[in-house]
Amino acid sequence: MLIYGVTLLSVSFFAGLFLGDVIGKVIGINSNVGGVGIAMVILIMGVNYLTKRNKLSSKAQEGIAFWSGMYIPIVVAMTANQNVIAAVKGGPAAIIAGLLATVISFALIPFVSKIGKGKGGNFNKEKGVDNNA
Amino acid sequence: MLDIASKIFLKNGFVMSFALIGITMYLSYLISVKLTKGRVHGSAIAVILGLVLAYIGGVKTGGKHGIADIEMFAGIGLMGGAMLRDYAITATAFGVDFDEIKKAGLPGVVSLFLGVIVSFLIGAIVAFAFGYTDAVSVTTIAAGAVTFIVGPITGAAVGASSEVIVLSIGAGVVKSILVMVVTPFIAKYIGLNNPTSAMVYGGLMGTTSGVAAGLAATDPKLVPYGAMTATFYTGLGALLAPSVLYLITKAILG
Repeated sequence: MLIYGVTLLSVSFFAGLFLGDVIGKVIGINSNVGGVGIAMVILIMGVNYLTKRNKLSSKAQEGIAFWSGMYIPIVVAMTANQNVIAAVKGGPAAIIAGLLATVISFALIPFVSKIGKGKGGNFNKEKGVDNNA
Repeated sequence: MLDIASKIFLKNGFVMSFALIGITMYLSYLISVKLTKGRVHGSAIAVILGLVLAYIGGVKTGGKHGIADIEMFAGIGLMGGAMLRDYAITATAFGVDFDEIKKAGLPGVVSLFLGVIVSFLIGAIVAFAFGYTDAVSVTTIAAGAVTFIVGPITGAAVGASSEVIVLSIGAGVVKSILVMVVTPFIAKYIGLNNPTSAMVYGGLMGTTSGVAAGLAATDPKLVPYGAMTATFYTGLGALLAPSVLYLITKAILG
């Protein structure tokens, strides 16, 4: 049934948020730490576990796939809720701080992506897999 | 007539949001094909149209929630709120290659720390250049350059004035909107076309909404990888900014 997939997604979601809140509490900040990321890992593990045992019907998988497919429209709705005025009215200090932080972070992406690539490349060579494929 | 329609929308706000966003998506893909010959991705145009709607809502009502502040469109607030956003982000993990995530483990962690520290440092320099010289204000504005959530958390923790906190939120919102709009256009120049660089991107940019929309407009296949690291960023920022980074700022500014 469709709802089983949606339920698996919901349970993973809550388990992740709960662990994220617990981590936040443990390190003493009033914020969730990686809850959604943890939920994603739990979902991946749950799906793997159930598919291996043939317990996740294709209908149930459709339930998860539906919400995955709704992601882009939901994000578009999210952009329509942004406080754009705050960005415009923030004045030059806010605009320049946000702008420079964005530009320089973008510029770092190619360099950080290279970290560990040498190691990964060797590892793949042993297995005869082309890393750049 | 308009009265009757708006009453129905008001009563069924959530369902109305599916219709409105669906039409927005359709128009965006139409613009993408007809006006840009597919060069600008439909979802990139949808993100920009969404921001335009948000701007109209903000101008009309003076509120903080974009188009959702117009009563008739309040349902957009539910569809685009944090609950469904995070739920749908989680769902994108379905079909993810776990080996890719493990491969990006080290660069992912590096990008998180580097992302928070670099954004903080730049925010601090800009704050200083604009004449803020006390450690509390500089730290708060710098934290805003991390994300618009870390800014007010830090400001409240170190006791910043509300004017400075508003400024820090402004910096974070500028960053988040820029990430949404700019990502699809520069993706190929920064090598944002594989799971590893998507995870690094999520860790460096950090703003969940910016990363979510930026990757959606670039390549939906990369979304789960970027979103995974980005969800750790705000927590890490909220941990580092009011503590270690505040103490360092205080030591430097005296």
